[in-house]
Amino acid sequence: MTVSSPKGTTMALLNARGWRLAAVAGLALALATGTAACSNGSKGDYDIAFLPKNLGNPYFEASDNAAKKAVKDFGGSFKEVGPSEATADGQVTYINTLTQQSVGAIVLSANDTNALCDALHDARDAGIKVVTFDSDVDAKCRDVYVSASSPKLIARNQIDLIAEATGGKGDIAILSATANATNQNAWIADMKPYLKSKYPDMHLVDVVYGNDDDQTSYDKTEALLSKHPHLDGIVSPTTVGVAAAARYLSTSQFKGKVALTGLGTPNDMRKYVKDGTVTSFALWNPKDLGVLASYAAKALLDKDITGKNGDDFKAKGLSTKATKFTVGPKGVITLGKPFVFDKKNIDDFDF
Amino acid sequence: MTTTMDASRRTPAARPVAARARSLLLGRDAAVIVLLVAVWLIGSVSVDNFAKPNTVYFLLLDVLPIVLIALPMTMVVIAAEIDLSVASMLGLSSVIVGVLFQHGWPVWAAAVVALGIGAVGGALNGFLVATVGLPSLAVTVATLALFRGIAVGLLGTKAVTGFPESYKDLASDRLFGPGTAIPAVLLVFVVLAIGFGVLLHFTAFGRATYAVGMSAETSRFSGVNVRAVKFWLFVATGAVSALAGIYWTLRYGSARGDNAVGLELTVVAAVLVGGVSIFGGRGAIPGVIAGALLIGALRAVLRLADVSADAINIATGVVLIASVVFPRILSGVRGRRRRSRRRGLEPEPSLE
Repeated sequence: MTVSSPKGTTMALLNARGWRLAAVAGLALALATGTAACSNGSKGDYDIAFLPKNLGNPYFEASDNAAKKAVKDFGGSFKEVGPSEATADGQVTYINTLTQQSVGAIVLSANDTNALCDALHDARDAGIKVVTFDSDVDAKCRDVYVSASSPKLIARNQIDLIAEATGGKGDIAILSATANATNQNAWIADMKPYLKSKYPDMHLVDVVYGNDDDQTSYDKTEALLSKHPHLDGIVSPTTVGVAAAARYLSTSQFKGKVALTGLGTPNDMRKYVKDGTVTSFALWNPKDLGVLASYAAKALLDKDITGKNGDDFKAKGLSTKATKFTVGPKGVITLGKPFVFDKKNIDDFDF
Repeated sequence: MTTTMDASRRTPAARPVAARARSLLLGRDAAVIVLLVAVWLIGSVSVDNFAKPNTVYFLLLDVLPIVLIALPMTMVVIAAEIDLSVASMLGLSSVIVGVLFQHGWPVWAAAVVALGIGAVGGALNGFLVATVGLPSLAVTVATLALFRGIAVGLLGTKAVTGFPESYKDLASDRLFGPGTAIPAVLLVFVVLAIGFGVLLHFTAFGRATYAVGMSAETSRFSGVNVRAVKFWLFVATGAVSALAGIYWTLRYGSARGDNAVGLELTVVAAVLVGGVSIFGGRGAIPGVIAGALLIGALRAVLRLADVSADAINIATGVVLIASVVFPRILSGVRGRRRRSRRRGLEPEPSLE
């Protein structure tokens, strides 16, 4: 490779001999001091740090912004830190940093169930309360886990939504993620008995797997409908699957004839709700999740709860209007039923 | 330049002592070390919680995989090649340790196999670059995908966990007891750093590495076995990346296919910040170690000061650009001064 030599114009700026050290030192000063000023902000009684899977993720922006408001409301200080990529080692670095800063509580959504444990152990040794939300770590590595919903509630919600769309009768199929996805299989296992007992005229005829890949899910939807041309509804409890199925249906002859619901995000599903391909779908409300996790952290700091089964505490400002929550087995706090998105409320959400 | 040189003015006298001292003080290594000290001092004074043993401890644990891989990477870059497959090899090594452990192997045996796979993967890179003669950028971009693909293919999105505490402690124990700054695992690095330092700076192989980087053609005619030099350098990056993978697995207690995605760029950044020329032929181990520590320290200071991850990335990027651009401008200034002196002229106005 050849390199052309720098041209004279740049040279004119740099005539002092000591410029280099000066520039180097100046750069360091600018980087370090320019940013250090904000480190001495006053700390409230509740010093709560949110650590999402990664920054710049609309889902966590929704939950963390709602959490920020909740923490402000109860007089605490809030900050959000996190890696720019969703990696476990990135989160470990931040957990270590927060431990050094001696924050009151860390509220995180974990990128790995085990890799964060040593760092969280150090944090808890230093007296920091640890709340997980959305995605848990091993139960022994945190105080409480705020779960969006439970398999049973999700299974019932999905079946109820598809029953509503099909009139409670006919053939339905499930478009799942991968065949060995623990959460998907737990939901499907709970759907079957509920379907039988509550909607005896509705039958599950097939379960197909789109591997949480957009194209595969799209192809599986197409194959599903050519195999079962008289299908009445599809349930896809995965954000990738439901969006791909909606994309297929919206341009096919089945639009409006085959009902579709699932777990999806408002941004993925907005246009299919508006064009009538999908009437309603569900997911948790990340805002509520952030708010509840904040109150769980507060309750731990107040020693109202310790993570023991049966501990209860209060939360405010949830869209569900629920205020009283109880810690379940293994320190799990459940937000509640999935949140249903439809034409009326979808524009209130951006994630 | 169209100026004719007057040969009689070119006195090949020894460089004045002052000039030598200046080049020592203002050399790339020294500049990086000064910058590192500056960041450290400023951080200690102005950022809460920075001047504590834990800062050093966490910093060293975080920087360790980067600086480990940077040792052989320094030599590869000095030889005017590059290895972008290192982070993928780290991931593959981690997965191999995990999969074998899952099948009942003791961790040490799994680690030995992982090291072997690292050397074999490196040898593949080395063969394609040195023997087949393909550009290392293309080869290692391909093996970056290949190694990562195998790693993720073997484990999928699962993680292997449950490694014995005794092994995990190897990666996180402190050398001088609880609360002290130095992790015991740093000893591994010190041994390797001395090894690579001696290899690069005090052996015929090291001199051959510089020669290959300056001009592969010339070295070949001077009797340097260019192929062998390049081949073994890639074997070294592969094996050390695998070692870093073992460390990673034990430190986080989790073998995953996506471990250390993108780390190759941090390693290359550390090498370049540390004063190694991307065009080969120049660089030294101490500067690279300082470069890696500088990146780590800068990020630690900024994190503790609650600067967002994006801003930290920007700061790291600025330091990287500065480290690449400054010496180029500086060498330009020196070159002009020298030329001016030769012609007996004062430095001329800016535009030629």
